[in-house]
Amino acid sequence: MLVPMSAAPVVDPTSAHGAFTLLWLVIALPALGAVVLLLGGRRLDKFGHLIGTAMAVLSFVVSLILFITLLGRDSADRSVSQHLWTWFSAGHYKVEISLLYDQLSALFLLLITGVGSLIHVYSIGYMEHDERRRRFFGYLNLFVAAMLTLVLAGDYVGVFLGWEGVGLASYLLIGFWQHKTSAAVAAKKAFIVNRVGDIGLSLGAGLMFVTFGSTAFTVVSANAPHASKAALTAIGLLLLLAACGKSAQFPLQSWLLDAMEGPTPVSALIHAATMVTAGVYLIVRSNFIFTNAPDARTGVVIIGCITLMWGAIIGCAKDDIKKTLAGSTMSQIGYMILASGLGVVGYAFAIFHLLTHGFFKANMFLGAGSVMHGMDDDVDMRHYGALRKAMPITFATFAMGYLAIIGFPGFSGFWSKDKIIETALTENWVVGLCALLGAGITGFYMTRLMLMTYFTNKRWEKDVHPHESPKVMTYPLIALAALSVLGGVLLAGNWIVDWLSPVVGVPHESSPPIPSLAISALAVLVVAVGVATAWLLVGAQEVPRVAPEKVSVFTRAARADLYGDAFNEEILMRPGDRLIRDLDTFDRTAVDGFVNGIATSLTAIANRLRLAQTGYVRTYALSMLGGAAIVVLALLVVNL
Amino acid sequence: MSFPWLSILFLFPIAASIVVALVPRSSALALPKLIAFGASLATLVFSAVIALKYDTAKGMQFTENHEWIKLFGAHYSLGLNGIGLTLVLLTTIVVPVVILASWNDGDEGRWSPHAFFAWMLFLEGLALGVFLATDVFLFYVLFEATLIPLYFLIGGYGGPDRARAAVKFLLYNLGGGLIMLAAVIGLYVVSAKSPGGPTYLLSDLQHMHLGTATGRWLFLGFFIAFAVKVPMFPVHTWLPGAAEQGTPGTSVLMVSILDKIGTFGMIRFCLGLFPEASHWATPVVVVLAIFTILYGGLMAIAQDSIPRLIAYTSVSHFSFIVLGIFVMNSQGQTGANLYMFNHGLSTAALFLVTGFLIKRRGSPLISSYGGVEKVAPVLAGLLLISGLSSLSLPGLSSFVSEFLVLVGSFVYSPWAAAFAVLGIVLAALYILLMYQRTMTGPTAEGVGDIKDLNAREITALAPVLLLIVVLGFFPKPLLSIINPAVHDTLAQVGSSDPAPKVGADSAASNPEAGQ
Repeated sequence: MLVPMSAAPVVDPTSAHGAFTLLWLVIALPALGAVVLLLGGRRLDKFGHLIGTAMAVLSFVVSLILFITLLGRDSADRSVSQHLWTWFSAGHYKVEISLLYDQLSALFLLLITGVGSLIHVYSIGYMEHDERRRRFFGYLNLFVAAMLTLVLAGDYVGVFLGWEGVGLASYLLIGFWQHKTSAAVAAKKAFIVNRVGDIGLSLGAGLMFVTFGSTAFTVVSANAPHASKAALTAIGLLLLLAACGKSAQFPLQSWLLDAMEGPTPVSALIHAATMVTAGVYLIVRSNFIFTNAPDARTGVVIIGCITLMWGAIIGCAKDDIKKTLAGSTMSQIGYMILASGLGVVGYAFAIFHLLTHGFFKANMFLGAGSVMHGMDDDVDMRHYGALRKAMPITFATFAMGYLAIIGFPGFSGFWSKDKIIETALTENWVVGLCALLGAGITGFYMTRLMLMTYFTNKRWEKDVHPHESPKVMTYPLIALAALSVLGGVLLAGNWIVDWLSPVVGVPHESSPPIPSLAISALAVLVVAVGVATAWLLVGAQEVPRVAPEKVSVFTRAARADLYGDAFNEEILMRPGDRLIRDLDTFDRTAVDGFVNGIATSLTAIANRLRLAQTGYVRTYALSMLGGAAIVVLALLVVNL
Repeated sequence: MSFPWLSILFLFPIAASIVVALVPRSSALALPKLIAFGASLATLVFSAVIALKYDTAKGMQFTENHEWIKLFGAHYSLGLNGIGLTLVLLTTIVVPVVILASWNDGDEGRWSPHAFFAWMLFLEGLALGVFLATDVFLFYVLFEATLIPLYFLIGGYGGPDRARAAVKFLLYNLGGGLIMLAAVIGLYVVSAKSPGGPTYLLSDLQHMHLGTATGRWLFLGFFIAFAVKVPMFPVHTWLPGAAEQGTPGTSVLMVSILDKIGTFGMIRFCLGLFPEASHWATPVVVVLAIFTILYGGLMAIAQDSIPRLIAYTSVSHFSFIVLGIFVMNSQGQTGANLYMFNHGLSTAALFLVTGFLIKRRGSPLISSYGGVEKVAPVLAGLLLISGLSSLSLPGLSSFVSEFLVLVGSFVYSPWAAAFAVLGIVLAALYILLMYQRTMTGPTAEGVGDIKDLNAREITALAPVLLLIVVLGFFPKPLLSIINPAVHDTLAQVGSSDPAPKVGADSAASNPEAGQ
């Protein structure tokens, strides 16, 4: 279904020198922060959050220095590698701990440490009254270090290290309030669903070793064009499975909504801006596989399409502000996955949308946290309403994120989503229509969220007095709002496409079936329809405080997350439970019974022969020991 | 005669055990414990010296050989290669940890704490002997002898149902040993007919020609005994019971060290003496190992008793080791050998930290806990790290070994890897379910006054956890010992690694990678 592509570039970095020798520090700083905060104990409680924040900011500063240095280099010379040590080797297989810094990882470094730093600052205020704030910052630092490892590793096994590291941090942070059973269960679920995805990364690495004799980007990218189509397709699909787990894509999407049990800054950083986009990174980084494996890319596009609709539909029916945003995240990552599945023409736009989404979604999640902060941690939008006056800064910044995500012309999301829709329409009109329709639904659910939260009638609980959050929380909001507005500048003069082309390849020229401007206009129109529908259904009416019971099957399905959990429960968990119980019975009766039976019959025989036995095994054992010792001694004497 | 490094290494703990046993009962209770702890530390230092003197470029070294029973061709013959050294180090590291962690566990047993610690040291010595023996007969004698101290440790100091568990343990292992004895006698019969006369020396037996059928029969004899020891399905049911009834320290010695004799024996004797039969048996062993990986994982999920759960995780992990051995390539075997060490660490950590918990609450059942993290955060944190190591989280030591086994099984057959890899999902389930049910949620009844770990307990665990982290990122010291040994094993069985399908030159230009 997809047109042939030009050859994928080979990863061929030069050895790091000059400023690039600082590369390891980007990871080491937050890693050090995590170790100090987690092992430091209570004496660091007073200022632990400052250490954590400082480490994130310092890491951002180093990332910035590296980025500026990279800008100063010739475009053909922007791939740098820093070899740290050999991790392990066996036979011909050797895995290095080495870092790869190029145009792609450079952008990720800025996103992770930049948005990460803002969220650290915000958390100082958000977690102020939590007695375990130091530990929270320790986990955040751990996350940042692991995420940076993921995007800097030069080998798939190194990616795996970061991949599971962010999974661990996510587990710890979703379950941060682990005295709540729901939080602990959600954390475990996230980890286990991700482990299912990890099967893909494990087997993918195995297949790469069998095929290429290595899992290093350099070797795999150099030899990928010579590998068989079947091998490349299989590797591609295995990597896709991994991406589905980490990026909450269908059919491994179910954990993300539950992950909202974590403190809101966590949802912003991990479950919106960075970690959940790791699947997109993996696919784009593996462009040398996917460009050569059109069948695998078809799979990627299909998964992206399904998830972008799936998440959007869920987002329409949720009353929990965080879960609405989570559904939206799922859907927006669907867009990125879709774009990355389009191949060379789509990789850069996938990353572009990933970056703008990182800005506006982090912005809105932190905004939601600010709202919750003022509403006594209530997340039910049916208890909100008319908050724009009580929280003017939160409202204003949130509005910027809103305009960005629905693709209001000029805002960052407009540029990035528009490009995906246009490319999708160019490549395949069904996929394009899917992306277009998704944009309309996005317009609907986001408008619904805006209306229910900031407009419409007051539906506050008793004794709730909404108030604006402190400056330490609003300043990061303002910064992210600015990025949400201006993020589109990355596309100016086609910058991001040209910047990334040495990593992902140069797209060949192809013109869309209808002029780009017409597509943009069409997209804006579709979004406008979505917004108007929301206005008619939500804004123009009184919002009930309790969700109406009499709703259509569609609404009910959307409220139940399209029965994703019900499916898991019926098809996997219940039969699994039964299997495990039956196996346990089998083990205790059949397997153990069989051997016990032999033992019993042996005893029966022995009883007949019994003469001097005491029946105590220790006597047998002792006499055995004694007998053996005598034999050995005797033999020694004889032979010496 | 050169300095008898290995004899001292294995006889010193045995001698020390006699001293500990003979300490007058009237002396302070701490005296035998201090002597035992000191002796185990001295053994550790001594083994470290040997490790430093060990030359990775050479094969079997520090060899000692004396004729023992001429009639059988048995020798008192010791030697150390990379595979043995790894396990020697594991043993000498784990034993002091166990002694420190079990400081008060011998006080309430059937016999005195003197005997408790004496048996532990005695066991250490025998285990070291097993890993050093290069004579089949000597190996057999030591192999069987390890059952005695373990029997007394389980039967004398464990839980309420310890006697039954101890008998079951003994019967199973004696049964396996009996089958091995038949094979050992069979070897004698074969070697007696050879021109050099009867011999049990590994170095002689390796060059002896066995008929195909004879070799396969003898292989089976050894393999079954080792499979019981490991243990593999369907001869595994003794382990959960023994682990449940033994003290945590006993369980560590049993699972982390003594069960390794099974996998160690498979490499040294099954592969070393019967290469043809090993290849012949490979498909069946691989299938059985994969089955046991999944079976053990599912059974672990089903358990409510924490020690039983850990025992089943070991059943699962040990089969990863067996899988790695029998896929007959460098990645699988390097992974398997490394896994033997790493599994020893993570299982020791798990048994000990849950042991501390169980001792505080007096119940081994998961269902009697809940919300412990709130009252004992250090304990919870250390349990989590131990658990994550058991589920092979990258960055902790088990990952490298499990990953290499998976890669090795992929080289053998993609299907083998595809089924074995399901084990990593099961591992996440059994560890995190246990953690969730015991540590999180509201504080359960009877848990509220649980005290966090004390300094002794933290000190005992710290070195193990530190090693787990360090080896997770830097396993090179162990791999530099293991890789040449794997090279030798594969040469013995006549296996060589397949070349990658494409880009062979880039891998071949790196031949030193394996060393």
